[in-house]
Amino acid sequence: MKLKKVVELLDANILNDCYSQDTEVLSACGCDLMSDVLAFVKDQALLLTGLVNPQVVRTAEMMDMKAIVFVRGKTPGEEIIDLANEAGIAVLSTQHPLYHSCGVLYSEGLYK
Amino acid sequence: MNSFKVQYTIDGEDFSVAGEASRKLKKVLQSLGVDPQIIRKATVAMYEGEINMVIHADGGVIDAEITPEKIHLFLRDKGPGIPDIALAMTEGFSTASDNVRELGFGAGMGLPNMEKYTDYMNITTEIGVGTTIEMIVNTSLS
Ligand SMILES: Nc1ncnc2c1ncn2[C@@H]1O[C@H](COP(=O)(O)OP(=O)(O)OP(=O)(O)O)[C@@H](O)[C@H]1O
Ligand SMILES: [Mg+2]
Repeated sequence: MKLKKVVELLDANILNDCYSQDTEVLSACGCDLMSDVLAFVKDQALLLTGLVNPQVVRTAEMMDMKAIVFVRGKTPGEEIIDLANEAGIAVLSTQHPLYHSCGVLYSEGLYK
Repeated sequence: MNSFKVQYTIDGEDFSVAGEASRKLKKVLQSLGVDPQIIRKATVAMYEGEINMVIHADGGVIDAEITPEKIHLFLRDKGPGIPDIALAMTEGFSTASDNVRELGFGAGMGLPNMEKYTDYMNITTEIGVGTTIEMIVNTSLS
């Protein structure tokens, strides 16, 4: 699924310059526990989380993830945005809760 | 590629920088042209270990040695030690505080992940003295 479609489906805001509408995500992981994310072995993945701290970005970076969606209207601070910029990871935010966000993406075909 | 050694000091006081050493190693491995899948395995394992050093052991030192054949990691801390290694290795076992859980850790998946992503892992620990974890990820593609 292209990031453009993720943004549309989640009415998401784009929070940094690493976003490119043609970036392709092949799988997604919705989680607030970072070690569960780190147990997840998929390529070109998207991380959806309600947790907001620098470890979210570092975790996504270790896993070579392409984008992070902060759910339930959580907005990350500058430090988090800077880390994501350095890592080349797109940062999005949506008002929708985690369960809803995952459900929408899943039903639209992002189910790996 | 010759053998390459690097050492990182892990600050046990400041959670906000936990994981920085693993990011730095990732950059080193990328600059050495190591295969991305191998980099992911090694840096995820180190990251879990680094976070553990911060949340369970007041920091420590990580030595990494990269040779053409393998990535060799030594994580040393002077923390409380691990009373029962087999129990600590069980998926879901965690002594993390509620504070740590609020930060997104404490699933009890770190040590199992470290074992999963490495080709060799050995824990030596002594109560009240500290813990050393040695990990190897083979880089030679077979
Ligand atoms: N370096 C260490 N020093 C002392 N105790 C440790 C150390 N590393 C792990 N432990 C102990 O082993 C337990 C299991 O560690 P593990 O990394 O698997 O889970 P966790 O850190 O609690 O949660 P997670 O890694 O999923 O965020 C910890 O809760 C802690 O009690
Ligand atoms: Mg851990």
